[in-house]
Amino acid sequence: MTTNPTAHTIRLGANRTGLELRMFTREKEAVFFTFLLPIVLLALFSVVFGDSFAAGGDEAGVSAARYFLPAMVASGVILTSFQSTALSVAMERDDGLLKRLRSTPMPPSSFFLGKVGLVVVTSATQTLVLLAVARLAFGVPLPQDAEHWLTFAWVLLLGVAGGTVLGIAFSSVASARSAGAVVIGPVLLLQFISGVYFPYSQIPTWLQQVAAVFPLKWVAQGMRSVFLPDDFASLESAGAWEHGRTAVVLLLWFIGGLVVCLRTFRWFKRGTT
Amino acid sequence: MTKAIVIEGLSKRYGDKRAVDGLDLVIGEGECFALLGPNGAGKTTTVEILEGFRQRDAGDVRVLGEDPGVVSNPRGRRGRASRAEWLDRIGIVLQGSGGLDLLTPREALSSTALAYSRPRPVEEVIAAVGLEEKADQRIAGLSGGQRRRLDVALGIIGRPELLFLDEPTTGFDPKARRDFWGLIASLRHDGTTILLTTHYLDEAEHLADRVGVVAAGRLLALDTPENLGGRAGQDATVTWEEGGRRHSFVTARPTRAVADLTARLATADGEVPELTVTRPSLEDTYLSLIAPHVVVGDDVEGVKGEGMQRDDLQVTAGRPSGGSTRHTEPGRATNGVTR
Repeated sequence: MTTNPTAHTIRLGANRTGLELRMFTREKEAVFFTFLLPIVLLALFSVVFGDSFAAGGDEAGVSAARYFLPAMVASGVILTSFQSTALSVAMERDDGLLKRLRSTPMPPSSFFLGKVGLVVVTSATQTLVLLAVARLAFGVPLPQDAEHWLTFAWVLLLGVAGGTVLGIAFSSVASARSAGAVVIGPVLLLQFISGVYFPYSQIPTWLQQVAAVFPLKWVAQGMRSVFLPDDFASLESAGAWEHGRTAVVLLLWFIGGLVVCLRTFRWFKRGTT
Repeated sequence: MTKAIVIEGLSKRYGDKRAVDGLDLVIGEGECFALLGPNGAGKTTTVEILEGFRQRDAGDVRVLGEDPGVVSNPRGRRGRASRAEWLDRIGIVLQGSGGLDLLTPREALSSTALAYSRPRPVEEVIAAVGLEEKADQRIAGLSGGQRRRLDVALGIIGRPELLFLDEPTTGFDPKARRDFWGLIASLRHDGTTILLTTHYLDEAEHLADRVGVVAAGRLLALDTPENLGGRAGQDATVTWEEGGRRHSFVTARPTRAVADLTARLATADGEVPELTVTRPSLEDTYLSLIAPHVVVGDDVEGVKGEGMQRDDLQVTAGRPSGGSTRHTEPGRATNGVTR
């Protein structure tokens, strides 16, 4: 072992990241449903709704691609961080991979660093591809000033960090057999009520209030504040972008998720200790 | 001999069921020890306590000088560094693990090797388990036997002083088992202490310096495979054919019996018709040891494939007598096993 345990942990974590990335890219279903889906949907929505947006309506003034870009960035965040992590950890616990890792001297932190590394690389790549497609294929104007990009950076970071720890925490309630339904169902539902697939303003108030409890709504709202014109703030339920509240909610979810992870994480499936 | 594993009064219960019930055992450094027993005997529970995966209820356990219950507990006083140092000296082959389908054996081994302080070279381990041709193919495409050999490869990549093998050859074909035994024998030759659990009596007989038979969480017998249950000193059964009928009798002096028979019955070529001399096989001894403890359908540790069915069928069919169908040459009739 290297003399410095922290360096050793990080070196193994980097190695785990490489391994996780290889496994991720080799699983074609995962690549499609967590990585490509938001990109495909952005293209689809732009083509389908392109005309109605051009003709003018509630969201007049922006193209369909521009309108859906923040939603798809937010959707990508929850898919690559929460859904992908919850599914993979649940599977790995069930098929004994976690137990085998636990039987080696690898520090547990290296395993989690590997997961974080995977999520960081996939989320960043996915977001970059989304922005590139929006800009180059659909001519969506991107922000020109540092302030918008700073907002983009912290919303993305908090969203991905929270999604990852919550995904690891949530993996404990799913078995490999139930993971598909237990994870994907709620994620889909949350996307609908959080204003990812249709405008948040069209969702009944009581459902808006439910959505506001969860982090996805705030990631989507934060992203809208980055990519939509400033006067769109009036369409939000609060009539403003609420950056302060967004930061607080996302931070609380991250801390809560981390605490639950640390307290409940299991290396073995139930009944096998 | 230095002690690799010391178990004193080990107990573990699940609800009303006593999985391990006051087990005592010492395994020396460099020894290959086989733990035999029916399903639900407490083998896996015992091994998982030794590996630090389960907490015991009572008793004292030392593995390479450490208490696994303390060293593997993240909240224990020894802290995590000590756990890593302890596991650095141990190889664990679990009863079956997956999750590596999308990787190649070389990728899985290279990554695992990084966790250890003085790993074996990846190439060397791949060659040792005979996976050279599959080294760069997806693990999903490996056969059951090849996957198990990969499990062992992952267990020995860290150059362990002590290797746990939990039912390593369940589901192997005979050829794969022979190859596997060769691998274990070479590890033993290198001085690795090995604790093996198995359903296969011939496997224990072939590999182990000593065997322990457990049932209902207790150690029923502990000896070398040759002497288990005192079978080396047990009476032999001599059978032969005379007047168209099969005869047999049990004697402490088979050589003399054969001499008498030869004098009386030998045909023109000097042979006694259908002569056999047998002593109880390890399997006979094992089955008679566990017979009082085996309850059909009592299966705490779950169904584990053909080994279990084979054992249970024979137990439920009644205790085999002296292996009367076994034919051995009179001159070298011993335990019915060729060494």
